[in-house]
Amino acid sequence: MAALTTPERAPAQAPPEGPRKGRRRDGRPSVWRSVKRDWRLYSFLVLPIVYLAIFKYTPMAGNIIAFRRFRPGGSIFGDEWVGLHYIEQFLNDPTFWRVFTNTLILGSLTLIIVFPLPIILALMLNEVRTRFFKRFVQTVSYLPHFMSIVIVAGMVLQLTSLNGSINQLIEALGGEPVSFMQDADWFRTVYISSEIWQTVGWGTILYLAALTTIDDQLYEAARIDGAGRWLQTWHITLPGIRPTMMVLLILNIGQFMAVGFEKILLLYNPLLYPTADVIATYLYRVGIGSGSYSYSTAIGLFEALIGVTLVLSANAISRRVSGSSLW
Amino acid sequence: MVTTTKTPDLNRVRTTTVSDSRGYRIFQVVNTTALVLIAALTLYPFVNLVAKAFSSEGFIVAGQVNLIPRGFNTTTFTAVMSDEMFWLNYRNTVVYTVVATIIAMALTTTFAYALSRHELRGRAFFIGIAVFTMFFNGGLIPNYLLINALGFKNTIWAIVIPNAISIFNLLIMKSFFENFPKDLEEAAAIDGLTTYGIFGRIVLPLSKAVIATMVLFYAVSFWNNWFQAFLYMDRSDLYPVTVYLRNLLAAATSTESMGADSAQIAANVQAVTMVLTVLPIVCVYPFIQRYFVSGVMLGSVKG
Repeated sequence: MAALTTPERAPAQAPPEGPRKGRRRDGRPSVWRSVKRDWRLYSFLVLPIVYLAIFKYTPMAGNIIAFRRFRPGGSIFGDEWVGLHYIEQFLNDPTFWRVFTNTLILGSLTLIIVFPLPIILALMLNEVRTRFFKRFVQTVSYLPHFMSIVIVAGMVLQLTSLNGSINQLIEALGGEPVSFMQDADWFRTVYISSEIWQTVGWGTILYLAALTTIDDQLYEAARIDGAGRWLQTWHITLPGIRPTMMVLLILNIGQFMAVGFEKILLLYNPLLYPTADVIATYLYRVGIGSGSYSYSTAIGLFEALIGVTLVLSANAISRRVSGSSLW
Repeated sequence: MVTTTKTPDLNRVRTTTVSDSRGYRIFQVVNTTALVLIAALTLYPFVNLVAKAFSSEGFIVAGQVNLIPRGFNTTTFTAVMSDEMFWLNYRNTVVYTVVATIIAMALTTTFAYALSRHELRGRAFFIGIAVFTMFFNGGLIPNYLLINALGFKNTIWAIVIPNAISIFNLLIMKSFFENFPKDLEEAAAIDGLTTYGIFGRIVLPLSKAVIATMVLFYAVSFWNNWFQAFLYMDRSDLYPVTVYLRNLLAAATSTESMGADSAQIAANVQAVTMVLTVLPIVCVYPFIQRYFVSGVMLGSVKG
């Protein structure tokens, strides 16, 4: 019979039952007794923990093959130590530096252009007075988020093709048709545009939620003080959604290195490599395509470490500067 | 991190008691126009896709299909639908989605419930090891080697197991269960229900909304998934429909980049395949939209 004791706040607050056998001095039951008492609850944990151990933590440990030689059919943790051999190899690989640069450029463009847009769209929606119209725009703008990346790639290919809608518009305005998907100079524009189309609408949700929590009395007070619409937006609305902005910014910075890998994989072709090839696609080709597992794991590990470093620093800076952080 | 079980009304509109300045009235007009344009631009690719699906290839090649079909016909639909491989792959998508969603839900609900209980010793530790995987995953190659070593290649397991728990969904569910009224569970315990009984007979039946939301989140992500199958399936009869489509597109682009127009997979065939792939999602979308919104809200962070 499970006695339900739920210490609400500090665990040191023992339920007022008086000391029982098997309790430690601070009033908490020993670990053994907890497990014995709540074994049914712990049984819920078994499968998920096994899952995490096998499918999340084993691959993490598997990164060890960045420093070990991997033999096909051998252990997934490699066979013999080779030290920093693979690290040196990719640091001396000119292609690696090309894809590294491309990753930084696409990542920065995404952060600078795509990240602020949901905030602007949410503020625009916030000024709409007609319920029906607001709901309609929201419904439409969420839709692309639910499309498979393959569909998005298909649409991009169709719209940018020589006889596609974009080229028809160019011709109607008297220009020459552009073969977008064979011209490396255009890829970043195409990529960022499709990113905007797919993510901005859905990105407004959290901001709209934050906007609903702003107290109307603040606006009331600002109006009495003579603040117009713009001042109200600047001094009340924006500070109101700042915590949400910061949290999403930190999360976005964490995604910085992992630029839309699947989308690029579907869209690019050798003609676009000079601008479209990023770390993730390069390691896919080298690893899965050519079977250089250790080499591509070394690259992947490097990428992941940069990602984690970015999140941790962004979080630390944000906590210091704005007081909002993930942890 | 404060969470709420009450869905805020995102469609709330602010009204004002003071009459607006002329500048603001102009802004309203500009703003509304801009939003209409944004909605139109968002919808355009869909409209264009449907137009192409019903057009004849000649008009598409001539670059004359934008909003309305030209040379209206439905023969392309018949052609695509008569391809047995397409239906086989479509069926695979349905099977993968259903099985994966069931597995994902079983693991996520039990895990989230256990993590929501404060009497669980080591709760912080268990939450920690789950959240950690959000920021650091093994990476492509170690995952690939693991799945192959487990012998999952060319089996359904390669698709339905590795992504079984989405940590984001887990956290949404956990916060929902944390807000569950404690008195109910305590009363049930006094009446002699075990943890299993409380979970199965009290908590789950009262969590229909969050369960529906999670099922939708998972189902859509599995329906749309292609990369897992692309990596681990090398037999075309095991592909989901997304990979079928990907191969169509790849065939089309490789010929285009070689400068040949003749061997191209017809654009209207591509369009029809895309329409059929998104159709189920577009059909349920109007009904599920509010669930998605409330799902995101459940886990939403409030300052």
